[in-house]
Amino acid sequence: MGNDEEALFRSSPAAKTGLAIAAAISLYGVSFGALSVASGLTLWQTVALSALMFTGGSQFAFIGVVTTGGAPASAFGGATLLSLRNTIYAVQLKALLNPRGFKKLVAAQLTIDETMATSTVQETAAEQRRGFWITGIACYLGWNVATVVGAVLGDFIAEPEALGLDGAVVAAFLGLLWPRLRSREPWALAVLAALITVIIMPVVPAGVPILVAAAVAVGWGLISARRERFSPSPRRPGLRKSAACGRSHR
Amino acid sequence: MSLWTWVLLACAVAYATKLVGYLVPGSWLSHPLVTRISGTMTVALLAALVAMNTFSEGAGILFDARIGALAAAAAALLLRAPFIVVVIAGAAAAAGLRLLGLP
Repeated sequence: MGNDEEALFRSSPAAKTGLAIAAAISLYGVSFGALSVASGLTLWQTVALSALMFTGGSQFAFIGVVTTGGAPASAFGGATLLSLRNTIYAVQLKALLNPRGFKKLVAAQLTIDETMATSTVQETAAEQRRGFWITGIACYLGWNVATVVGAVLGDFIAEPEALGLDGAVVAAFLGLLWPRLRSREPWALAVLAALITVIIMPVVPAGVPILVAAAVAVGWGLISARRERFSPSPRRPGLRKSAACGRSHR
Repeated sequence: MSLWTWVLLACAVAYATKLVGYLVPGSWLSHPLVTRISGTMTVALLAALVAMNTFSEGAGILFDARIGALAAAAAALLLRAPFIVVVIAGAAAAAGLRLLGLP
């Protein structure tokens, strides 16, 4: 693993992307820490959520229910619903990275929006691994340190929105999606998935829209495979992984 | 149950949702259809994450300065700006629009 490790942690487009995302996300950790303590959780409960749960949406959902005086059971339910998408990310990441043994247990903990996004959009196996591990480790360290800072010092970044941090997150995910939109088919799928997400967001519980988007992706893949079988076309750039990265870890 | 129990239970279940995806047999994942779907999955999930992060507000949707961030990021991407510039453009647009009084 020595050589792997050397190649893993070095500067590269995926590494830079991961570090930029980790910086934006970590600042949100300050808000999480402060809001969590304000909601009535103790410092150590707050630290436990960031260290052990480590999936931001679920953590905010959990403290959101506690803040409003809701039953802890419904805090648990909301957090779990928001975490289900990580199962889908994990399946994708297993196909790309196939971590084994102890690394699998660590990879599981680092499986979140940011690592899935940074890793799965890379073209080569080395960049996929680098994207995953560097983003994951940087986000984990940054998020947990920021949580403690926020929980102890309070919300000195009173409004992350005033700094445009929410805009940074939007831009980051668009920046990751963009290189994939090389032909009409991925564009159509992206617009469809985004539209469906926005339309159902007000009517279903948080966490469900992204599961629906995943279902759309499965349906789209099945239908396009079927169409291709009847009218074989040589290539569909954009939606297929390159042969090199699809096979290298099998 | 105490709050501590619920915190730890929620953490354990969140970890389980992550781990279970890695326990899918590798042989299932080598099917060509799975390769194709993992391509469509990346596009659909990222598009959904963009939409969620742009419009989500509690349980509903909200149109605010984040739309400006989306537009600024798209403009930066059209100009082939590097990733970090795209992210900063998004942050600057959202912060700037809020300075001008937008929600």
